[in-house]
Parts: sequence; structure tokens; C-alpha cells
Amino acid sequence: MDNILEVDRLSIRFEKVEVFADLSFQVAKGKSLAVIGPNGVGKTVLFRALIGAIPSEGTIRWTPHVRIGYVPQKLDLDRDVPITGRDFLRARSNSTGGADVEISLMLERVGISRKVSENCIGILSGGQFQRLLVAFALLGNPSVLLLDEPTAGVDGPGQHRLNELVRQLQEKQGLSVLFISHELSVVYEYATNVLCLGSRHAYFGPPRKILTPDLLSQIYGSPINYHVHDH
Amino acid sequence: MTIEVLLLSITMAVAAGLVGSFAVMRRMGLAADPMSHVALPGIGLALALHINPLFGAVAMLLFGALVVWALEGKARLGTEALIGVLFSVALALGSMMTSGEELIDALFGGAGVLRWPEICFGLIASGAVIAFIVTQRNRLVVMLVSPDVARTAGIDVRRLDLLYLGAFALTIALGLRFLGVLLMGALIIIPAATAKRLARNLTEMLVLAVSIAVATTLVGTWLAAVFHRQTGPFIVIVAAACFLLSFLRLP
Repeated sequence: MDNILEVDRLSIRFEKVEVFADLSFQVAKGKSLAVIGPNGVGKTVLFRALIGAIPSEGTIRWTPHVRIGYVPQKLDLDRDVPITGRDFLRARSNSTGGADVEISLMLERVGISRKVSENCIGILSGGQFQRLLVAFALLGNPSVLLLDEPTAGVDGPGQHRLNELVRQLQEKQGLSVLFISHELSVVYEYATNVLCLGSRHAYFGPPRKILTPDLLSQIYGSPINYHVHDH
Repeated sequence: MTIEVLLLSITMAVAAGLVGSFAVMRRMGLAADPMSHVALPGIGLALALHINPLFGAVAMLLFGALVVWALEGKARLGTEALIGVLFSVALALGSMMTSGEELIDALFGGAGVLRWPEICFGLIASGAVIAFIVTQRNRLVVMLVSPDVARTAGIDVRRLDLLYLGAFALTIALGLRFLGVLLMGALIIIPAATAKRLARNLTEMLVLAVSIAVATTLVGTWLAAVFHRQTGPFIVIVAAACFLLSFLRLP
């Protein structure tokens, strides 16, 4: 099967601190990879390396002409920046030649009302802003989505809507998805493979194999004694 | 005031309003001031070498933009402190190299006659800055919301940032004759900061910032002519008055 992403022996260090080393995994076209692991283990850092925002060693190979839609976890913005949700989306569609109709359609799909889209982005709630970022990413007609905790701060119905939207896009357009999540039920339901980052080892494989009570307690709790590597 | 000087001060103000809008939204308001100081040693050097001081200032300002850009790329803590130190040193060196009336003119803006090279440079540079911001505003918006998201949207973030800082440096150079090294930062920041308080979306922000910058420049220049004083301080005082008035409108 074609892979949209192949990562081989990836290492990232800040100054002299190693975040992780020798990470290898693949994502097949149209499939989902869940990235899980305790706080501070480097999940967001991995995503930022994948989009080329921070330097890394090893190889990150995207399929040619890949279009990446990136939805970051949280942003540091002034509350009073006079940029509305619509301004932000327009900034994307203008640079690719899209139309206002497309923006309205996209806002409807992610569940943002017209009124909310005319508020300044600084005063949107966490969940509203997250959905706006998803809409922005989707306007670029991506072949792969990188979602950093996409449903953190999003209410129950909103979570369901986002998950279903992404699932639809996967079925209809063969969208590939990488997502960071702390919710194992979501990981079980949506992920083809799981990359579980621990402080010493990383585990990669299908959820049934990775999400065993033993392994999880090792990653999130007591020290790691043995190493299962699945390719 | 001749027609070309009037035209030049209006285009300068338009450029300042546009560049300033993004400066305050990017929270680089405080960097504007020290960055304008870097023009002074350029002016001093140019006077010593008997070349047009404007071009010395432009060269140093563009160099200053490059320094800020390189420091941003390092992304380490303490960049702001470093900018503060570097550019204060520039101010100190510059004031050692210039003297007397020249120094006062360079610091606060002089009334001397504008010659054609300066007018041509001014019109071309302000045209370039205005065209840059107007055509790149969407990319600049995405970059200021999130450089990471901008990167995945196919925007060359580092290049755009360098171009923006270059436009910022040119805008400072544009105002040197009218407002001087110490005060030009204010014409970039104050109208935009006022607009940011009043605007509800991006278009309003840009239109208001430009209108306020142009209005304060014209009113300030007129007041300076009436009282036979330097233009810079009057422009800044009028701009500051607008900023204070904006607090009356909104809680």
C-alpha cells in the first residue's frame, strides 16, 4: 500500500536535551495514525518537526505534492486583534483563489454560526477557535490532516461532529489523518495505527496490539522493562 | 508647502498606517522605537562621507531589519533585550558622529528643502511599501495568527518576515525628514494602536490606521507651520490625542 508519510530514525534535540531518538513509523494513504503518550513526551514537537517547523535528524518523507492541513493545539493571541474568523478564512481562500461561498459552506460543516464567524478570533472560546482552525486547514483541500488534540476544549456534540467530518473526508476523499489524543476510546474507534511515545521507548502498531493495559501502565506509569517494536 | 511635499507626506502616512497595523497586531510595537534609532549612525556616517544622509539612514535601517530577522530565527529568549542594547548603542554612536543642528534635525525632523532625489526615493519607497502590504495582507494575517499554520499553507514564513521587516525599515526611512529618528516609530505605532482599539475586523483596522495616520500628519504639519516649529513633535502629539480620544469611545 502507498504511504503518505514515512519516518525513519527520526531524532530531535533541543540544545543538548534529546526529545526522542530513532523514531520510525509510516502512515498509509487514507488511514489514521493516533499519537498518544504522557504530557511532555514530545507529541507536539513531533508534529512540528513533521511540518518542517523545527530541525530534526533522520528522514521524514512525505509523498510528492502532499498538501498538509495542520491544526495546532493552542495559540497565543491578543484578545483584541481585529481579525474575525471570516477574515482568517478569507486570508486562506484568497491566496488560493477560493470563494466566499466556500467559506460559508466550510463554517457550516465545522459548526460555526455566521454570527460567531464575525467575532474577533481572540475572543472565540477554545472549542470555537479549534473548529475555525479545522475549517482553515480543510479550505486548503489537504491530502493529510495533522490534528493536535483536535477535540480538546470542544463540547460533546462538537467533538462528535468533528470526528464524523474527518471520517467522512477519509471515506470520500482518501484523506490521511495524524492526530494526537488522550482519549483512548477515540483512538480505538478511529486509528488504524497507534504511535505511543514513552519517555524511553516508542511503540508503533494497531490499537489492539498497543493499547494493552500492560503497555499503557508502562508508558504512563512505572519504568519500562521490555521493548515491543512492531513495523 | 509644495505639492510634491504634500504628496510625499500623505504617501508616507499611508505606508506608516499599513505597516503599523501589522506591527501592533504582531506585538512588535516596542521594537519600532529602538529600530528607528539605528538610522542615526547611518546619517552621521553619510554626513561624514558627504553623501545624502537619507541613503546612509536607509542602508543602516535595512541592516537593522536584517539583524532583527536573524535574531528572530534563533528564537532564543532575550532577543528583545538584545535589540534594546544594540539599538541604544546605535543611537549613542550616531549622536557622537553628528553634531549641533544636524543632530537635532536628525532626531526630531527638520524643515529643510527636499531635493529631487529624496522626493523620488520617498514616492517610490512608499509606493513599494503600500503595494507590499496590500498584496500580501492575507499571508501576513495567516503568519501572525500562526507561523506553523502559515508554513503548511505554503507560505515561506521566513521570507515573508524578512520582506515585512524590510518594509518596516523603509517606512521609518520615509518619515525621517518629517519626524526624525526619535519620533517616526510613533507615527507607525500610534495610529495603528488607535485603530486596533476601534476596529471590528481587518478592513476597518487598515482603513482606520491609514486615515488616522494621514489626518494626524496633515494636521501636525499645519500646526507646525502655524507655530514655526519642527513638524515631528506636533504630528506625534496629534496622534497621541487621537489615541486618548479612542478611550472615550470604548470602555
